[in-house]
Amino acid sequence: MAKLRQCAIYGKGGIGKSTTTQNLVAALAEAGKKVMIVGCDPKADSTRLILHSKAQTTVMHLAAEAGSVEDLELEDVLSVGYGGVKCVESGGPEPGVGCAGRGVITAINFLEEEGAYDEDLDFVFYDVLGDVVCGGFAMPIRENKAQEIYIVCSGEMMAMYAANNIAKGIVKYANSGGVRLGGLICNSRNTDREDELIMALAAAMGTQMIHFVPRDNAVQHAEIRRMTVIEYDPTHKQADQYRQLAQKVMNNTMLVIPTPIEMEALEDLLMEFGIMEAEDETIVGKTAADLAA
Amino acid sequence: MSTMTREETEALIAEVLEVYPEKAKKDRAKHLTANDPSIEQSKKCITSNRKSLPGVMTIRGCAYAGSKGVVWGPIKDMIHISHGPVGCGQYSRAGRRNYYVGTTGIDSFGTMNFTSDFQEKDIVFGGDKKLAKLIEEVEMLFPLHRGISVQSECPIGLIGDDIEGVAKKSAVVIEKPIVPVRCEGFRGVSQSLGHHIANDAIRDWVLDKRDGQPFESTPYDVAIIGDYNIGGDAWATRILLEEMGLRVVAQWSGDGTLAEMMNTPKVKLNLLHCYRSMNYISRHMEEKYGIPYMEYNFFGPTKIIESLRRIAGFFDDSVKEKTEAVIARYQPMMDAIIAKYKPRLQGKKVMLYVGGLRPRHVIGAYEDLGMEVIGTGYEFAHNDDYDRTIKEMGDATLLYDDVTGFELEEFVKKLKPDMVGSGIKEKYIFQKMGIPLRQMHSWDYSGPYHGYDGFAIFARDMDIALSSPTFKNLTPPWKKVAVEETLKAA
Repeated sequence: MAKLRQCAIYGKGGIGKSTTTQNLVAALAEAGKKVMIVGCDPKADSTRLILHSKAQTTVMHLAAEAGSVEDLELEDVLSVGYGGVKCVESGGPEPGVGCAGRGVITAINFLEEEGAYDEDLDFVFYDVLGDVVCGGFAMPIRENKAQEIYIVCSGEMMAMYAANNIAKGIVKYANSGGVRLGGLICNSRNTDREDELIMALAAAMGTQMIHFVPRDNAVQHAEIRRMTVIEYDPTHKQADQYRQLAQKVMNNTMLVIPTPIEMEALEDLLMEFGIMEAEDETIVGKTAADLAA
Repeated sequence: MSTMTREETEALIAEVLEVYPEKAKKDRAKHLTANDPSIEQSKKCITSNRKSLPGVMTIRGCAYAGSKGVVWGPIKDMIHISHGPVGCGQYSRAGRRNYYVGTTGIDSFGTMNFTSDFQEKDIVFGGDKKLAKLIEEVEMLFPLHRGISVQSECPIGLIGDDIEGVAKKSAVVIEKPIVPVRCEGFRGVSQSLGHHIANDAIRDWVLDKRDGQPFESTPYDVAIIGDYNIGGDAWATRILLEEMGLRVVAQWSGDGTLAEMMNTPKVKLNLLHCYRSMNYISRHMEEKYGIPYMEYNFFGPTKIIESLRRIAGFFDDSVKEKTEAVIARYQPMMDAIIAKYKPRLQGKKVMLYVGGLRPRHVIGAYEDLGMEVIGTGYEFAHNDDYDRTIKEMGDATLLYDDVTGFELEEFVKKLKPDMVGSGIKEKYIFQKMGIPLRQMHSWDYSGPYHGYDGFAIFARDMDIALSSPTFKNLTPPWKKVAVEETLKAA
């Protein structure tokens, strides 16, 4: 048995982290790997395509019902889906109450204490809520947890901005723990020269664009059936894209401490690719009357 | 009259500060000074109400302590829920002796602990529902309570529990007031902000609830504000006010009730004892209802007489006459106490370190016994407290704000007082150094110390401490050095 690899997937909210993660995991499972997904998002939608369910019953909801997390057994929270993929959702409160971050911490500690990772697993993937808003959502990249991070992004400005910010968080934990950035996964939004842009961004951040996932409606078609493309239509060309991504992740040796770039450098990059206009400094702070004069 | 000159006091401060790193030295220097009674504003000589330095062993409390422990806790007919994990409520339960009349668990709840006992799931999913349930259960199990306060512990502020929402909703269900208090411990630099937050909660959720309702007034209605009835102090105070012909409508909050608080806007004068913890609400009532407030001091006959006459000044001649009669009636008792104890206590030196009021309020009582306060300081005072302190203390005496464990020990070693008046955290340190210590927060489980009756007990207790043979059998470290040197020389 190869050493267990723990990977965390981060990225801007709505970028397609959960979809990408599940398709990647399905491709890994298809290739014979033993994989587990740990959803770290109170919405609990990180495992639905694997389990064909609306939302898995979460660790925290079961704990709340049972009284405390100590009252739970591993079997209670673990579901097995497509390709033998093990699924756990940390869960958390409805929006606006309580502390979702604490929920992630509690759930991950529970999994560790219960020996969820001791099985003959090859990969654990943590699918983490869009923004690392507090310590709780950084939990998967602290010591003894995920060693590899993949950031899902696209050629849109805010997605790149978010990717750069996440890299800053990785630097913080890379120095105290052993976490490394494995690369950017470009989940295409069909913007101009998107692959080149993300490759340039990856290069600037000291990492790689590990794969460019083109946009394809097959993903949507599979998703409304609560399935991955791999399972829904294994012969579709999009399924091959995820298989390629899976191969690249399996063989990835480029694990780095990223070098996040300054805001100015990011803006320069965006201007170079024509996404952003150069700012006209002469108009800053001028009223309409000033400009007319 | 101090035993030290200004130069000597300043040199002492400099010497004690010497061990600190540069940054800490610079910060702490602002909190230590030699008193100058000629200064009008203390901000010229001392800094207060600032964040304590890490690592210096401050003895300050937190905002929750200020609200639940001081202002709200003593309101006996309310149930005060410590909302959060169990520790804050349980380890402060009955820690402050706020005496009250009533049957605990039936119509009074002062020494009980009510808590929502947060578990992991309450942090993650929020404690709102649990709080509402707890209020329901409280109402069922303790139907004679008159209202509830929700005292927020730290996690409440982090997870954003909507305690105001629960308070409003549940108050309709149980048809009793429910007061949410945002006194999370991490707020502010000491318990002082907790007092302010608690005062604001009274203002927003209690005070105006009986506005416009009929009330049988008399021209002699007063309220005692900021006497927490430690060992019965508020009672010893109330007796005197009633003997003056005044009607005490409310006691805030020692042995106090919620109804008394609601009736307070009807009084003619608010008598403010603990200025630090209750000045906010007193000012508010002055602004909103036009009720003047007066700071009084009932420690020791000199200050008592001064205060009684000033209180009487707010009322008609009948009160003034009765006040003189009260003063005359107690004078022989005071003379007897002073005659008994002054010869034994004369010239003894005291250093004080207490909370937010007593470091200045008890000076007069010591002086009545012929004793001298040579150093004083507060845990959580603001500059207005030091404004009032510099007038009470002798020239060049030592003032220390939020003093550190190290500083206080060094000051005591150098000034060699006959006695220290402070709290439980200091008690055994100084007693082991061979110096008598009386707790001036809890009166060492004695009291009351307020009023004429209180002075009798105060004088006795100081005498017990100073005349105890115990300390003659202990050699303090500096005397030990002297003994050893004598031995060496011999």
